[in-house]
Amino acid sequence: MSDALLTYDNLSVRLPERMDREYAIKDLSLSLNANEILCVVGESGSGKSLTALSTMGLLDRNALTPSGRIDFMGRNLLEIDEQERRALVGAKLSMIFQEPMASLNPFYRVGDQVAETFSVHTDLPKAEIREKVLALFDEVLLPNPERIYRSYPHELSGGQCQRVMIASALALDPAVLIADEPTTALDVTTQAQILKLMLALRENHNTGIMFITHDFGVVAEIADRVAVMQHGNLVEIGTAAEVLRNPQHPYTQRLLSAVPILEPRAARTDLGEQILKASGIRKTYNYKGARGSTVSLKAVDDVSITLRRGETLGLVGESGSGKSTLSQSIIRMVEPDAGEIVIDGIPLHTLRTRALRRARRHMQIIFQDPNTALDPRQKVGDAIAEGPIVHGVSKTEALKRAETLLESVGLDASASQRFPHQFSGGQRQRICIARALALEPALLIADESVSALDVSVQRQILDLLHEIQGRLNFGLLFVTHDLRVASRICDRIAVMQKGKLVEVGEPIDLFQSPREEYTRQLLSAVPGTAIGQLAMP
Amino acid sequence: MKRFLSNPVLALAGLVLIVIAFMVLFGPLISQDPSKQNLMSRLQGPVWTEGGSWDHWLGTDRLGRDMGARLIVAMRMSIGVALIGTFIGAVAGTIIGFIAGHFEGLVDDVLMSIVDIQLSLPFILIALTLLAFFGNSLTLFIVLMGLYGWETYARLTRGLVMATKRQTYARAIVALGASPARLYLRHVLPNIASALIVQVTLTVPGIILLESSLSFLGMGIQTPLTSLGQILGDGREYLTTAWWISVFPGLIIFLMTLSISLIGDGLRDRLDPTLRARDA
Repeated sequence: MSDALLTYDNLSVRLPERMDREYAIKDLSLSLNANEILCVVGESGSGKSLTALSTMGLLDRNALTPSGRIDFMGRNLLEIDEQERRALVGAKLSMIFQEPMASLNPFYRVGDQVAETFSVHTDLPKAEIREKVLALFDEVLLPNPERIYRSYPHELSGGQCQRVMIASALALDPAVLIADEPTTALDVTTQAQILKLMLALRENHNTGIMFITHDFGVVAEIADRVAVMQHGNLVEIGTAAEVLRNPQHPYTQRLLSAVPILEPRAARTDLGEQILKASGIRKTYNYKGARGSTVSLKAVDDVSITLRRGETLGLVGESGSGKSTLSQSIIRMVEPDAGEIVIDGIPLHTLRTRALRRARRHMQIIFQDPNTALDPRQKVGDAIAEGPIVHGVSKTEALKRAETLLESVGLDASASQRFPHQFSGGQRQRICIARALALEPALLIADESVSALDVSVQRQILDLLHEIQGRLNFGLLFVTHDLRVASRICDRIAVMQKGKLVEVGEPIDLFQSPREEYTRQLLSAVPGTAIGQLAMP
Repeated sequence: MKRFLSNPVLALAGLVLIVIAFMVLFGPLISQDPSKQNLMSRLQGPVWTEGGSWDHWLGTDRLGRDMGARLIVAMRMSIGVALIGTFIGAVAGTIIGFIAGHFEGLVDDVLMSIVDIQLSLPFILIALTLLAFFGNSLTLFIVLMGLYGWETYARLTRGLVMATKRQTYARAIVALGASPARLYLRHVLPNIASALIVQVTLTVPGIILLESSLSFLGMGIQTPLTSLGQILGDGREYLTTAWWISVFPGLIIFLMTLSISLIGDGLRDRLDPTLRARDA
């Protein structure tokens, strides 16, 4: 194409020996045009982030050596020396990362950090640089640019930090912006704003944007063209409409069909007796504020919920809404300040140490990140058997049960002899589910349990939870920030905002006629609401 | 193991330790009687010096005792004291660290203040004071060696326990209904053990040096028992005429502490997950 800004020609990145495959990226050829948003989609390990890093020259040169060509402004980026690279990167070619907090230096005011881009690349006087930074902050819609300029990163929210990073990336009016999962760590409403900002950038600056994401919802919102990567290979590329409506490659089809969409279902009617009744739960955190003052944060403010056997209750809200604190308070993994909790007939709020430990077999929790939820030095079989052993089952009996459980979560019984690091993220989450179910709890809490997983794996885990719930008939409290996921599996959904429960209802009512303004906002921010009609007939 | 041997320095250090271990374990079976005096052949040099003989190939001391045999006995004492002292300090310090890490708050503050106090005083002064006050005995001396280093274990363990118990897997174990004892012994301890093992390789040479210094000053191991430091101190007056009395124990102390420290460094590199990830 004539107006291609950035062209990849047979880019390959070889992996060090003894890895599971030979190439991280294999013979990648594609181009990015001006005034275009190209979404690069793929699951973890597809090579999409490495593509961005090799473009920026940020690969670990000792381990990974790229070959092929990356042409940008008449130069091959893989061959230029450090000096040339410094002149181009940051000025004409810039990048934003997934974790905005981690990309900013906590010791400096954010304004000064953006100003640094100017002082490195230009000779402008200080006052002029300041003006330019403020103008940029204004452009990325940061409220009160003067105040933001003087703030430190920790004083800003995640969304504000990401805007600062975008401002910094746009400082010198780059021809190409590479965005590596810039909204993945953000709330849906913030994500929606950042996506809008991306569209405005393309419009106003003619910027070519390479947007890396794993979320087809995001793709549907902003992409002009879509490139799908799998195991380092480009498997499909085309306009957004083509790829979303009529995917050619089976991998793309599989990814698209796994994308959670808002499809609320009615509550099931064959529910059992009530197994959770929590009322008046409160939890306040006290922090030391400036000059010795105490700042109180009401994480959970007088919340009451109930759950029945076989029922799934979704707990949704943005980060900081208190949904995690509430779910952990209910099983006293976090000590609530006040409230009554009855689980499976046991008045949990009255119990003390030993009795509380004994009561724990009635309730179990599955955490968000399966990679850190298993003791790295414990064999999988022992991990699953541990709960029953703690509660008095003999070791041989518990280990035997562990093998049966492994099979029922879709793993081989022989997995019990292996260590957690020998499994993938999705497999580890299955192990965590098996461990939680080993105690046959009446209440299972899933705290963002699928958020860290790829969509196709996410779907498998959701199906698994659903299937096992049908068999074991436990009550499931499903905590998530993703309304699409919640809509799939929940009988009722509870929406939390700033520590309070704002609305509870059946998904179908909640989504079709939300009563609260906040619920409406959350719903409208869900990316790719149109994807359902786009993707499949 | 293969990687360990591929590093020549580490391989050499390992060899030194194996030879020393062999001498300590089997030396007494082949050596002469270490306490047999022979004033006729006192201050005889090693075999390669003038007046040396194959009867005493590392020479004799001022009472005509065989240096080789004396050194073996002394090594047994020095290493024994170092190992027992390290064991006492490591166990006590680790337990205190677990207590501080479990309770946090006031308990932690008090225990860590004691740690700070001990860290702010040179240990050799504490040791000299206690020995001068209570008089010397082997038991007291070993207990004293156990006091050396407990504070580093306590502080290290406390930090590791605090960090580890907040890990998701530790929280998951608590959620299963496991008791704190089960959590700490079966899950936290195995996961922090590597850091503690590396710490052991730092304490053992420290105690060997400390014991040598105290014995050299006459406040450590008392005759008729002997240790490397004591022989070294014995030879002080004869440095110009019979250098071998001081040089051999000094050399052994040097080689032993250096080898253990090198192995410790190697272990640290091996056990540090951030370094390990690089060649995974």
